[in-house]
Order: sequence, then structure tokens, then C-alpha cells
Amino acid sequence: MPTRIVECWNKLHQQGEKAFIGFVMAGDPDIPRSIDVVLALAEAKTDIIELGIPFSEPIADGPVIQRAGERALKNGVNLPLILDMVRQIRKKSDVPLLLFSYLNPILRYGLERFAKDTVACGADGALITDLSVEEADPFVTQMRLNNLDTVFLVAPTSTDERIKRAAELSTGFLYAVSRTGVTGTREQLSDTVTPLLRRLRAFTTLPVGVGFGISRPEHLAQLTPMVDGVVVGSALVRCIEDHQENPALHVAQMVRWLREGFTANSTSKGKSSSANMA
Amino acid sequence: MNIKPDITSEASGLTGRFGLYGGRFAPETLMQPLMELESSYLAVRTDIGFQKELDNLLKLYAGRPTPLYYASRLSEHLGGAKIYLKREDLLHTGAHKINNCLGQALLAKRMGKRRIIAETGAGQHGVASATVSALLDFQCVVYMGEVDMARQRLNVFRMRLLGAEVRAVTAGSRTLKEAISEAMRDWVTNVEDSYYLLGSVLGPHPYPLMVRDFQRVIGQEARQQIMAAEGRLPDRLVACVGGGSNAIGLFYEFLNDESVAMTGVEAGGRGFELGQHASRFHGGSPGVLHGAYTYILQDDMGQISTTHSVSAGLDYAAVGPEHAMLGDLKRAEYTARTDAEALEACRLLSRMEGIIPALESSHAIAEVIERAPSAKGQVFIVNLSGRGDKDMEILERELKL
Repeated sequence: MPTRIVECWNKLHQQGEKAFIGFVMAGDPDIPRSIDVVLALAEAKTDIIELGIPFSEPIADGPVIQRAGERALKNGVNLPLILDMVRQIRKKSDVPLLLFSYLNPILRYGLERFAKDTVACGADGALITDLSVEEADPFVTQMRLNNLDTVFLVAPTSTDERIKRAAELSTGFLYAVSRTGVTGTREQLSDTVTPLLRRLRAFTTLPVGVGFGISRPEHLAQLTPMVDGVVVGSALVRCIEDHQENPALHVAQMVRWLREGFTANSTSKGKSSSANMA
Repeated sequence: MNIKPDITSEASGLTGRFGLYGGRFAPETLMQPLMELESSYLAVRTDIGFQKELDNLLKLYAGRPTPLYYASRLSEHLGGAKIYLKREDLLHTGAHKINNCLGQALLAKRMGKRRIIAETGAGQHGVASATVSALLDFQCVVYMGEVDMARQRLNVFRMRLLGAEVRAVTAGSRTLKEAISEAMRDWVTNVEDSYYLLGSVLGPHPYPLMVRDFQRVIGQEARQQIMAAEGRLPDRLVACVGGGSNAIGLFYEFLNDESVAMTGVEAGGRGFELGQHASRFHGGSPGVLHGAYTYILQDDMGQISTTHSVSAGLDYAAVGPEHAMLGDLKRAEYTARTDAEALEACRLLSRMEGIIPALESSHAIAEVIERAPSAKGQVFIVNLSGRGDKDMEILERELKL
């Protein structure tokens, strides 16, 4: 049975549309408001939502997501509470949910238990930032047993061989990191992204989502001819930080604004990116 | 444990594993650079020209070999074991850290890098990194927790005098853990032209292997020196363990010698409550921090704990993966000494031998004070990994002389 993530891509492909993927930190600024944020994102046509699991040593994140993790941890947010949060979201929404974590909280919870509880609460898969393809087999095995997606990252520094391995281990989609560096918004897109996206196509038929540094409709417009989806993280998290009283309202507005980038580029509409690149 | 690693083999750690521990858990952006680092390092590991250049610098610039000094007054005072001090404190920059920094900086040069990134806790690795950067003409950026910058103020100035930029890290507990995270973020961003000069046997492969190799010289010298002085092997080696580079440097050469016992001394801090110490073997459990699977201090949810030690250099939540393996195999034992014991040991060694040890090394001395009296007829070697000059402000405040 395909996951919600896979079904989502299938539907988008049929309609000739691109995916808007949003990242937020689970439990930022607290669990109730975080649930509202996720539901508002879904309502505003966020196709897939990445739910960050806060970690005390977020080595791959810039200051915005670091602060979001600190806020969540300060409020006592942890993995069991996040799984429960997903359960509550599932009562109201079928939006595809991908858990996004560093390895240690999941190791501590137990890989097998994590996979079972993830599927039980209604999440669709997981991405682990600091789990390299070389070390990933035990995790992937448990996730497969529970029919969950595993998404891996590829970066501009990845060799062809690494890209191939990441594509083999990924289901749902492949996540392309647009540039070297930590998460965070940028004015300009990196020029390393185009060569990376070109290289990817030789190794996978999976949908490709690109992230890191995407924060404006123009970025979406620039990228859509080359990708299947775009990931926006820090810009949304920043919006939550700036509007902690009612973050749901503001992130929904932001998603609508960002999505204008998709329609700005009407030539890419109706064609799949795979066809464009082929 | 079903994997019995061959700890005595030359190949130990070559694949990045020390038994169950070690590995390479890093963001994808760093994976290929780590592999390039590994292959560059493995190439120079057996390159005679490289090793000659390094030996020359260790001898003429850093001051190797360091003496193995018989501490007769301390030994007599404790009334038991004969205590020898391996005087790494006499090296240029005041600690064993320079051994590793010279090795890695020469490697960075060969790799064509222009910029060195380093983290530091006590400031000794930062000073050594700034020193080799001056010597070999690198731009140097050192990340240091704000708390450590305050308590090791003199070392901050030394780094700046040497031309390094010291960047304050204000996240979390503002100590070594956060400094390493920030250094890794810099590296992931500037990976093209920058070399990350990690200061201990921590982090993703090949760092634990490489740093151990560059510190092996301590044990190689000590083995020859004790044979010359006593005509036999020592009964026990003692060294403090933060990440564990000075300890593994002393231990490694003796791993084959079953008669030689080894004790690593962690920071017991103020007590056994989580957050009050840095004793990974007593309050920790296996997990992944900063790229390696090893013993770490963490809570039930896998969040990394804050730590405390009077010595900034031992104040860290993970121990080097090779130590985790040696601990599991019971080849080495790991104990902890408190802040108070370390301070008292520092005072005693100063009075008995006219040698002021760093607060890190004072933990090893504290262990010896406890053990030596009941070890009549035995020979101990203690790694005096650094000198106490950097700690004067803390000592002045704590010892109230």
C-alpha cells in the first residue's frame, strides 16, 4: 500500500503540479499551537509537511531552526509527545507527514519501537539528518517492515556513487540540499543547485524535492522547471517565531504568498520535471 | 558483545570502528569531505617524507621527546608506588595538544586548504591550533564557549596574539559541546577551502584514528624511557580523559602488554547527579554525538546533557569511541575524580615537586594519590598532559591561599 507521501506525488504528477513541502519544528512554540500550525499549513496547500524533532545539538541547522528547537525543548517537547501530536493531527487531516530528526533521540527511543509507533500514530516516514547511507541499514529495515518512507539527503558534495546509494535507500522522494552549509534563508539561490539536480536524474526516477535557503516566491519560480517539489523551512519557522500569539494564521498567509512562485512560471505547468530533464 | 575486536592490532580503528563504537554519523554534505580526509590521511600515514617532516617539527619546534620524570618526593610522600610523570606539560604551548595539531596542519597543507577551523574547551587545543596556523600560514578561526572564554581568559588572549580569530559560542551550556557543534556548522558551510582541526579522539571517522596516531608518540617514548629507567614495564598507566587524546596517546603503545593496567580518569565534578559531572562511563550510555557512536551523557529522550567540571578540558558529554571499546573489554578501567580532589592534587604536586599541573591533568594526579599508597613495589606512569599556567585565575579563586 503506498504511503500518503507516495499518493501525494502521484496525484501531483497527474495534475502536472509541483509539491510545496513545509518544515516546522514540532512543538514550537508549544504543542497546541504547533498542531494548529500543521493544520493551517495543510489547509493552505502545503502538500507534504516535515515535522522536526528537536535535538540539543542540531549541527546541521542555522540559528532560526536552532532557536525553534530550543523553544520546543524548553517546553518539554519530546518524541512521545510528538507522536501523540501526530495522532491528534490525524483526527483532522490526511496531510502527508514526514518526521525529520537527528539520530540520537531515535536511537534512544529504539529503532524498532520508533518505526512501529510512527506508523501507529499515522506519520508516513522519516528523514534522519546525520544518518549516512553507510550506517542506515538497520533503520531502513525497520521502516520497510512498517511500510514507512525513508528519505535521504543528497548534497552538492555528494559523489555519483553516494547519490546512487541515497536514491536506492529512499522511498517517497529524494531530498536535494541546494548548497553546502546549514539550514537558513538566503536572498539568492546557490549556483550549485542546478548541476546537482542535473546529476540526480541519471540515478533516480523518484520525485526530487530541493531545500535549504528557499524563502521567496522567486526561488520557487526559478526552481520549478528543474524539480518536483521545493522545501521551505527556516522562513516558516521564522514566521512562527515572529508571530507566536497566532502562528497558524501567519504561516498560512506565507504559504499562499510563496506558492505564487509556482504560477509565476506557467511554462513549467503541465509537464513533469522528469520529462523536462530527459 | 559479540564482536571481539583485535585491539592489539595495528589495524585497530582503520575502518572507523572500534568494536561497536565509532563510525561516521554526519550530515551528507560532510560525508564526501570526510572520505577525502580519510584517504589523504591514510596516504600520509605511511609516507616517509611526511613522517620525517612531522618528526622534525615535533623535535625542534615542539620540544620532543618530553622527559619521563621520577617524582621522588611525591612517591615518598604517598608511601607506595614509584610515580613517574610523562612531562607533556613541557611541550611548546603547554600541553600534548601540539602533537596532534602539527600532524593535522601538515596534512591540511598537503590537502591544499587555506583556512583552519578548530574548537576548544580549556583553550589548549585552540592555542595549539593558532600556533600551528601561524607557523604554517593558515587563516585560523577558533570556536569557544562563552563560559570557557571567561574561565580561560588568558588562553583567549594567547590565541588572538597568535593571529587567530576567537568566536564566542553562546548556545546551550556555552562550553566545549556547543563549540564543537558550531565548528561543524562552519565546516559544513566552508568545506571547500577549510580544514576542520578536531582536537581530540572524537567525531566521525577518521578523526579518532588520526588523532590517536598523532598522540601515540607519548606512549612510544614512555615505553622506551621506563625500560631505560626501571628495566621493566610499568604496572599502571594513569591519564585524565575528556575526549581522551592524551590517555589514548599514552595507552596505545602498551595495549599488547597484559601486565600493564590502565586507568582513565574522568571529571567527577560536584557529584553524581546528571549535569554535575562529565563521567560518561558512570552516568552515560551508548549514543551518537558529533559524528561517533560512543558513551555519552544523555537524558531518557536522547537529549545531550549538560556537564560540569572545574576543568574546561574534561567538561564534555562524549568520550572517544576507542575508550568506549577499551572500557567494555575491561582493558582499561575508567574512574572519576571530583573538582575538590583535582584541586587538592594540583596543590599537592605543586608543593611536592614544584610542578603546577593543568586542572585536567590534576584529575590523573588525584587518582594516583588514592591508589599509590596501597601499591608498594609498583611503578606508575602518569600523563602530565598540560601545565597549570592557564588555570591561575581558577586556582586563585578556589584554593584561597
